[in-house]
Amino acid sequence: MSRPKSALVFTVIVALLAGLASSATPADPIRIAYIDPLSGPFAATGENGLNQFKYAADAINKAGGVLGRQIEIVPLDNKVSPQESLIQLKKVIGDGIPFVFQGNSSGVAHAISDAVQKHNERNAGNRVLYLNYSAVDPALTNEKCHFWHFRFDAHADMKMAALTDVIAANKSVKKMYIIGQDYSFGKAVAEAAVAMLGKKRPDIQIVGNELHPIGKVKDFSPYVQKLVASGADAVITGNWGADMIALAKAANDGGLKVPFYTYYAASDGVTAAIGAAGIDRIRLVHESHPGNPNAPKALSDYIVGYRKLHPQNDVNQPRINTGLNMLAQAIKRAGTTDVDKVAAALEGAEFTNLSGDQLVMRREDHQLQMPVYISVHTNKNIKHDLDASGFGLSLESKIDRDKATQPSTCKMQRPS
Amino acid sequence: MFTLIFFSLLNGLVYGMLLFMLSSGLTLIFGMMGVLNFAHASFYMLGAYVAFTLGLHLGFWPALVIAPVVVGLLGALVERQGLRRVHRFGHIAELIFTFGVAIVIEEIVQLVWGRPAKSYQVPAMLDFPLFRVLGSSFPAYKAFMLVIAVAIFAFVFVILTRTRAGLIIQASLTHPQMVAMLGHNVPRVFMVVFGIGSALAALAGVIAGPVLGTFPGMAQVLGSIVFVVVVIGGLGSLTGAFVASLLIGIVQTFAVAMDVSVGGALGAVGVHVQTGGALHDLWKVTIAQIAPILPYVLLVATLIVRPTGLFGTRET
Amino acid sequence: MSTAATRPLAVAGVARTARVRRYGLWVAAAVVLVILPQLVRTGTALAVMNQMGIAVVFALSYNMLLGQGGMLSFGHAVYFGLGGFIAAHVLSLAGRGALYVPVPVLPLVGGPGGLAFAALFGSFSTRRAGTVFAMISLGVAELMAASSLIFDRFFGGEEGITTNRSKAPLLLGLEFTRDRQVYYLIAFWLFVATVAMYAFSRTPVGRMANAVRDNPERAEFVGYSQHRVRFVSFCAAGFFAGTAGGLFAVNYEILTAENMGLTASGAVLLMTYIGGVGSFVGPIIGAVVFTFLQSMLSDYTGMWLLYLGILFLATVLFVPMGLAGVLMLHAPAWRARRLGRLVGPYLVTGALALVAAVGVIGLLEMIHFVAAADATRATRRLFWVVVAPRAVTPWVAFAALAVAGALGLRWAAPRAAAAFEAASRPARS
Repeated sequence: MSRPKSALVFTVIVALLAGLASSATPADPIRIAYIDPLSGPFAATGENGLNQFKYAADAINKAGGVLGRQIEIVPLDNKVSPQESLIQLKKVIGDGIPFVFQGNSSGVAHAISDAVQKHNERNAGNRVLYLNYSAVDPALTNEKCHFWHFRFDAHADMKMAALTDVIAANKSVKKMYIIGQDYSFGKAVAEAAVAMLGKKRPDIQIVGNELHPIGKVKDFSPYVQKLVASGADAVITGNWGADMIALAKAANDGGLKVPFYTYYAASDGVTAAIGAAGIDRIRLVHESHPGNPNAPKALSDYIVGYRKLHPQNDVNQPRINTGLNMLAQAIKRAGTTDVDKVAAALEGAEFTNLSGDQLVMRREDHQLQMPVYISVHTNKNIKHDLDASGFGLSLESKIDRDKATQPSTCKMQRPS
Repeated sequence: MFTLIFFSLLNGLVYGMLLFMLSSGLTLIFGMMGVLNFAHASFYMLGAYVAFTLGLHLGFWPALVIAPVVVGLLGALVERQGLRRVHRFGHIAELIFTFGVAIVIEEIVQLVWGRPAKSYQVPAMLDFPLFRVLGSSFPAYKAFMLVIAVAIFAFVFVILTRTRAGLIIQASLTHPQMVAMLGHNVPRVFMVVFGIGSALAALAGVIAGPVLGTFPGMAQVLGSIVFVVVVIGGLGSLTGAFVASLLIGIVQTFAVAMDVSVGGALGAVGVHVQTGGALHDLWKVTIAQIAPILPYVLLVATLIVRPTGLFGTRET
Repeated sequence: MSTAATRPLAVAGVARTARVRRYGLWVAAAVVLVILPQLVRTGTALAVMNQMGIAVVFALSYNMLLGQGGMLSFGHAVYFGLGGFIAAHVLSLAGRGALYVPVPVLPLVGGPGGLAFAALFGSFSTRRAGTVFAMISLGVAELMAASSLIFDRFFGGEEGITTNRSKAPLLLGLEFTRDRQVYYLIAFWLFVATVAMYAFSRTPVGRMANAVRDNPERAEFVGYSQHRVRFVSFCAAGFFAGTAGGLFAVNYEILTAENMGLTASGAVLLMTYIGGVGSFVGPIIGAVVFTFLQSMLSDYTGMWLLYLGILFLATVLFVPMGLAGVLMLHAPAWRARRLGRLVGPYLVTGALALVAAVGVIGLLEMIHFVAAADATRATRRLFWVVVAPRAVTPWVAFAALAVAGALGLRWAAPRAAAAFEAASRPARS
């Protein structure tokens, strides 16, 4: 080729390359880790939770993302094991992901919260923010609180206060049986139940206070037999996941007819397991409108949209939408993904959730202040059912945010 | 109190018979080949999963018959291609091999069926309470489990003691070389026994799947207990497996029903323990909470005091 | 020509080279340990190397039982875990000022902890070997794992015990806030423990353990009680397992009942056996390979344990001597300096094996994808290529790779074996 021609070709190539390079490269996504069980006895809860995170993230991304960047949810399986969770946390830190959501099992939450605090104290350069969307052991915002932990669900004491109000109003309950999983949350539920019932209805006798190994008992019939033999006329349980399904099955098989006051006896297979036997008998304390009757439009649309993608699953944790959106807003307000600045923006933040409630993140202990709902398992007037079973939750009572709040013993130390 | 004892007895019986279905195959295999099959509970798990899938297309009852056959054939294959090759390296190598098989089977189950538990349901025909006693009912399905387990015991017993094949198997248990010299294909006998043992485990899985849950960890959960049963009963002894299964089943079920603390229970039999001190936690915990470890305590105690087990004649 | 005068010097020369060769290996290992963080600098790599270090100590301690003593234990993690728990509690006490125990000394707290419990459980476990010993170890493991909910002040219940290495008193001003500092601590104790375990295997009791493994009756006839020899081995193995547990407590600052359970014991059995139980370096190789695969593979696939399990089964069936054994098999070829001849055939076989493996792994991963179906996703990344498992093409492609690789192996493997035979033939003088 002659010199001018080769020069021309060379220039054209360089120009093309320059053009390619300067074409807008999409900004890299904001990565948010999700550390929860995707295998093991609680896989159903974890997988449905992940789907809800992705659904909420899609909505945020469609609306333009955060600071011009898309949100990417990075799932990591922890098998509800504190050990495994810390290994995943090390991966998260190594990959430079600044935000971690976790919720299933307060045991894991303690381990992660502790590890995050230690890491952040030692490595001011690459801090991590721990967003707890479902682990409700009160200790996490009391004696174990720290600046980089935020909780988006009403904790066990807040919920038990509401539950015991309902129990106290039921004069036919004279003997209470408490059964739970043998770990921090189960123990917290039992303690709170005994203390609060003792104050509100000292005449109720606690005829049983049982702790069983978490995720290991498959056949609850011996426990149900004990329940029946104790003469209890009501049961309180914080069981969730496979343990709640097995307990419900054994209770049905054993022909148990007493009312159940629970934290998690709905959805992810539990509603289907309870079925007709539990109508008007199983009650649930939770954090958002159950969808029936007359759900607020935002919530109703959200549920319908989710059902289109996942016909067999339910929006059973609307707090996921709350948590992700509050994080997104805090990042926008801080103008950066720097963890300390985002945390400062998240403190005191206000948010209106899908149920139309006004929530506020309390500065003192990073516990989201919210109303508490009590619903009952039934099949009457159910527009949004659970587990595609025809059964669902119907709202019975709602405790306002100001009544639901609980004091905190947190002595938070803020980074200077 | 009466209902508690009555139902605990029934539940313990059902659980014990389930353990027997699993341990009978294991103890036969051990008695014959000297190898403790770590993968035995994995065949139990495969039985449940295969029956679940077959049940979705064919219904519960055809699955009840087909699933054990399928898994039994798989077991025979494992024996032929794998165990036989490792046999010449000794018992330790065989144990290690079956341990590897157990891991691989568990992972393959997760691969093919996924990680979450399967909702394997009791067939509608059996999903009703059989009887009600003083406020508690006993599901018909559990009675069905009991019936099947007893039938299996009777079947295996008859086959072993009254048929020619059974006599050959019994002879191979104690004198494999003599039986071989008499012209029988002893390796084939071993393969058949391994296959039948696996089929029995699979049958236990088909039946127990709806009650005990169908999930990838089910082999680990039951596997250890089955080892306990086999060792306590005596390696190689069918009667021992039967007695030990019932013992463990009933003890575990009754233990859950007792809210007495360990210290209190020991006090009741005259052993006084000091509160406080290093073992304080052990004395204040209830018998119900230590129910999961009771079989292992029994195992360790048996192995120290009488390594041949209750009815067994050999140790290794 | 050697005269009487030069002969002693010649012998001295030979002895010197032997000594250099023997100690040189240790010196080289120490040097490698020191400069490794300089070569591999990423944060995750450091965390993995720490994990490997702990695994190596644990696996070496396990091989004292399995390889040298012939005792198959399903519960070795009990001593690892117990050593770790004791170390964690002591570290917390040190943090509160109740004890003066600086972090570097912690493995020497875990070791005696493991030793004490090994002595306790070993007193009756080691009476018999073989299947009975294996079953007792299984029972003890399950017992301890289930006890975690009972003794929850010691084991911390479901949450486990957490501790903080930043709060402990400092020794010579050494801090352990960063992974790299922890690495050097682990590397130091890894070196010391390895030297100690190697030395143990050379002592009379270590040698007698080998004898008891091979022929217990004969050992008794020579005058050694097989129970006592096994007991000493067991206690020593428990001591080093506890040391590994102490390192674990320093590195992760959390211990849970899982660390004592069957999964952990199963993992150490896998890594030791894959590495090779017949030699001292086998467990080291196995621990490194296992940890590497475990951390690297789990990023790409949820099925890493399946691949490790298949590798394990393949080792048990076809290569019971393990990776180290395979390497040792090439010793004659190395000595005869004919190793170069093997490079060609091995590369070809290796490449074909890789092709077959890619095919098989691709098929397995696609089965996993379809079975654990997520209705919203249609594709996944496999071997850096996006595939759509619901279409037919990827299946055909991977199946073809698997078949092609297998056929190629059938052609190449005998050639590689023949080349190996030729290379290993004793050199003609």
